[in-house]
Amino acid sequence: MLLARISEDKYASLYRAGKIYGGVFIGKGQEAISVSTALALRKGDIFAPLIRDQAGRLAFGETLLDATRTYLGSRLGPMRGRDGNVHRGRPQDGYMAMISHLGAMISVVSGALIARRSRGDTAAIGAVSLGEGGTSTGAFHEAVNQAAVEKLPLLIVVTNNQFAYSTPDSRQFACAHLVDRAAGYGIDGHTIDQGSDLAACLEVIGRAATRARAGHGPQLIVASVLRLGGHGEHDDAHYIPDSLKNSKLGADCLKLTEQTILNLALASPADLDLWRANAVQQVEEAVATAQREPAPDPDSEDWSAISSRHLTDAFMDGASH
Amino acid sequence: MSITYLEAIREAQARALAEDPRVYIYGQDVGAFGGAFKATKTLATEFPGRVLDSPISEDAMVGSAIGAAIEGLRPIIEMQYADFSTVGFNQIVNNAATLFWRTQVKCPIVIRLPSGGTPGSGPFHSQSMEALYATYPGLIVMTPATVEDAYSMLLEAVQIDDPVIFCEHKYLYYHLKADALPTEAMPTGKARIARPGRDATVVTYSAMVHEALAMADELARERIEIEIVDLRSIKPLDTDTVLASVARTGRLLAVGEAWPWGGVTAEIVSRVACDGYNLLDAAPMRLNARETPVPFHPNLWGTHRPTARTIARAVKELLRR
Repeated sequence: MLLARISEDKYASLYRAGKIYGGVFIGKGQEAISVSTALALRKGDIFAPLIRDQAGRLAFGETLLDATRTYLGSRLGPMRGRDGNVHRGRPQDGYMAMISHLGAMISVVSGALIARRSRGDTAAIGAVSLGEGGTSTGAFHEAVNQAAVEKLPLLIVVTNNQFAYSTPDSRQFACAHLVDRAAGYGIDGHTIDQGSDLAACLEVIGRAATRARAGHGPQLIVASVLRLGGHGEHDDAHYIPDSLKNSKLGADCLKLTEQTILNLALASPADLDLWRANAVQQVEEAVATAQREPAPDPDSEDWSAISSRHLTDAFMDGASH
Repeated sequence: MSITYLEAIREAQARALAEDPRVYIYGQDVGAFGGAFKATKTLATEFPGRVLDSPISEDAMVGSAIGAAIEGLRPIIEMQYADFSTVGFNQIVNNAATLFWRTQVKCPIVIRLPSGGTPGSGPFHSQSMEALYATYPGLIVMTPATVEDAYSMLLEAVQIDDPVIFCEHKYLYYHLKADALPTEAMPTGKARIARPGRDATVVTYSAMVHEALAMADELARERIEIEIVDLRSIKPLDTDTVLASVARTGRLLAVGEAWPWGGVTAEIVSRVACDGYNLLDAAPMRLNARETPVPFHPNLWGTHRPTARTIARAVKELLRR
């Protein structure tokens, strides 16, 4: 959580300094939910994160350098400059690379789980992350229903952060609570009333993962929290009312967690300072490394969208320059 | 013995299932029922657990195929009608088609589209969607016109490591018969001279090949010899064979069952204009379906798409130019 927060603060400041191409979308305030999702997973499980999952990505095993390389467009990163920021992943390792169309990655994880099951691997589970806005898509409905029909061990973690870009919940859905939809799909539903409470997130998501592993099918988890910032760093979020920011929902999970650590005497204030300094150093090193690395080179780039080179349409090269 | 185009598609799938344990079929009613057109007849019994009914969820069908392909399986997705693939369009063009370019992970999926018009099918069970898919980088688009190609190209499609859109024509399902399944095949990416001729070249594909051949038989009685090029696949598109034919005849008519705006016929004329302008003795021509949705009534449908008669009229105009 700490490393996620500090790294994303750094990406945001690099964005404001004009050092990042494209957008920066951070998970500030949602780290507890995100990290709890990844911590419920084991090696060999499948994870499809979304835009506010820096914490979950790092906890799932992504290196800080891979994340930083993608933001800075390094040729050595997993996306090699072909795609950026939050669109990164290593699908061959069960770490899916999201597309922008919300809800689309749920059925992809389902397919991976179907493949695992067909090979006799029933130990693996999958988790997919999305916001409340993503639940309004047809893709979400198709995929959750499909996962229910197939009884797949899938965690569908919906973070209701009150706004999809600028659209409030009241214009997004009309049911009393999104978790009520679980009954309609015939799957288990779980709620986290305060998504800034790390212990609650770990407990609820962990319990859902245990149920998925035990063969109880898809698990819908709906966590409520407030997005502590804009949709992206280009957005000042002026539409979020102060009353909401000052409510219990607006609590910062990182501050709460640090306070809990101190209250329980799990670590001293000096330890926290040391952890923070250590995280800052890791982030600075990753940024310095990625900034030294080569950018993609259009002349040496392999401009082939298919792997079957013998099926390349020879006319395209001549017609595309 | 004789075998229909539809039976060839069933036999190709049976062989793919038998030869490769990674292959499975997923689609609406494909299981015990054997598919809306019986293209998977008895396959669910012969290959238990590998021919699976899906919910009516084209987006989730394709999404799950992508996830399964990432995990090493080779799914065949049956769309009940090509027209319904629009519901899965996002997964096809944004997720499947971009996966290799973005992540270097291969996406070997075959999406079968029962395509094109038949009498009485109407606006939503008749469409020719090949050009729509061909415009997206990352997809292979096959358009077999013969029983032999339906069989051998589908087998090849399953072996290709990239997403293949397999446009099988419903009008040919029962009409077209061959004596036996082929034992050898031309590779995808090579067009075929379906009939040699010296006076003009007609370039076409799928069901229109047969309308063009009927036209050529008719005109041969008037000692007009038309060369017919069957493209076989529209992506990749074999420009060389088209240009070589135009070099022999000096005249070009491109015929397609799809709508006139853009599309395959426009692509053919454009390529010949760019790379073979000096081969042309007259301005090239295009013939397509009419610019309306596909009509239901056979009287209207019969003149909505090109036929041997309208192709003959166009060829005669081409020869007068």
